[in-house]
Amino acid sequence: MMIQNADRRMQIYGALLLLPAAVLLGTFAYLPTVATLINSFFLPGFRGAPPEFVGLENYAMLVEDRTFWRVARNNLIYALGTIPTSIALALGMALFVNARLPGRGFVRMAYFTPTILPMIAAANIWMFFYAPQIGLFNKLLGALGLSGVNWLGDPSVALTSVIVMTVWKEAGFFMIFYLAALQSIPPELKEASDLEGTSRWSFFWRVTFPLLMPTTLFVLINALINAVRVVDHLFILTKGGPNNATNLLLYYVYENAFSFFDRTYAATITVVILLVLAVVATLKFTVIDRRTHYQ
Amino acid sequence: MNRAMNRAISPAASRFALRVPSLETTAAWLLAIIWIFPLLYAIWAAFHPPAYMVRFDLFAPITLDNFANAWAQAPFARYYLNTFLLVTGVVLAQFVVCTLAAFAFARFPIPGRDVLFMLVLIQLFVFPEVLIVENYRIASGLGLVDTITGIGLPYVASAFGIFLLRQTFKTIPRELEEAARVEGCGWMAILLKVYVPLAKPTYLAYGLVSISHHWNNFLWPLVVTNSVESRPLTVGLGIFSAPETGVNWATVSAATLLSIAPLLVAFLLFQRQFVQSFLRAGIR
Repeated sequence: MMIQNADRRMQIYGALLLLPAAVLLGTFAYLPTVATLINSFFLPGFRGAPPEFVGLENYAMLVEDRTFWRVARNNLIYALGTIPTSIALALGMALFVNARLPGRGFVRMAYFTPTILPMIAAANIWMFFYAPQIGLFNKLLGALGLSGVNWLGDPSVALTSVIVMTVWKEAGFFMIFYLAALQSIPPELKEASDLEGTSRWSFFWRVTFPLLMPTTLFVLINALINAVRVVDHLFILTKGGPNNATNLLLYYVYENAFSFFDRTYAATITVVILLVLAVVATLKFTVIDRRTHYQ
Repeated sequence: MNRAMNRAISPAASRFALRVPSLETTAAWLLAIIWIFPLLYAIWAAFHPPAYMVRFDLFAPITLDNFANAWAQAPFARYYLNTFLLVTGVVLAQFVVCTLAAFAFARFPIPGRDVLFMLVLIQLFVFPEVLIVENYRIASGLGLVDTITGIGLPYVASAFGIFLLRQTFKTIPRELEEAARVEGCGWMAILLKVYVPLAKPTYLAYGLVSISHHWNNFLWPLVVTNSVESRPLTVGLGIFSAPETGVNWATVSAATLLSIAPLLVAFLLFQRQFVQSFLRAGIR
């Protein structure tokens, strides 16, 4: 009886400790998630009228919306353009910095510094490169006698320009995880393979790269999340233009909610983002965490 | 190749010989220069008159006018204050809320604890900025629109912080807790005297990551603020430098540097701690 009481007290105490976090998570994570789902079945009430239930009408509109498909395609290209490139670069950087290298401290700092900057500042800086008339890139092309490129204004180039900037911003962040992983590889492996005369190339592909797999998966998850979550740079660089050529899902949500004031349609697009994130989360919790154990 | 050649030269000679840097060294340096160049360029543009934006001249006059202009054209002092209040408030509140929750998850027999913990982890994927539409409605329902509290509150119960602290608390041996209990400490005292001090490195790591995140955060603050009184630096900078405002570029560079300077300087001074923190916070 006594013990039961003590247990009960522990439970209540524990629940009280959880309470502040639970209230905040409920208010700003669970409630809005559920509300987003519900709102995607409604039309906003105009002039004070209550919202109107329309079933799947918003989703039908979404399927018909060519801009939505364009934006979704852009986001896919954006993910495919940024993720493998920044992962490969990050790995290369980590290998460079992990080797004996004159001025290693500076090199590492140079790679990592973009990570510290806000996306807005990074976009401002890249604007000086990309701007059509006075931008540095076109000045350089001009000096070589070549005609300039409209880096952010030409629909066929703009998304690539945005991707390049994102890779610059992200690669250094992923580098530090590779660097830490490389430093935890026992040097005996390298010594043994040197004795056997294994080439550096095959040592990398047969020993280092497989050992780095958990890091690669971790970085991949982060990169996937960032590809749908971070759209700050669009506010400076392109505003999603020209003609939606660089528009990404979350930016499209923002436009619909705060420029076109179509709250329920914005909710419908948010549901798509939530689905993507759910897939990423499932990937993480099932495929990846099954291998790494933590208690 | 190169290494073999170097080895062939006698040690004494090689010490003085001018070594040709290896292909790798060259590539590493080249990449480093490309990577740091944008920032150096922004610094160049900020400290020289606008005419030198794309004209490199070693003897170009150095000026602080761009900074003076930026400072005069937008209320950066207010933005600084807002960002400072935001970041301090968020980090302190996160420490309190996440510590309590992590302690509960690590040490208390709450029914359905694992399910609850999984529910918390969902927030690692569903961020406040993804839910801008509904979070804006909730913030406005609570009267938090255009307040610094409104910017920070959705981030206070951070799944990430709860997760990190729980992992740390779980590694702390129970014997220490028992010892404190024998001395008559209650749960709060045990938390504050045993767990929190031993988790200091985690607090430092999480704090640094959180500071950089909130110093740099943009989308949610943009949505939830609409006046100078609450806007943080990033939003202020975003509005100030939007291309359609036609502010001249040297001024924009100066404004950009102004807003990144504190964090950048802190990073350059405490590089090791920053990198360690990001690592510690990232590796799970």
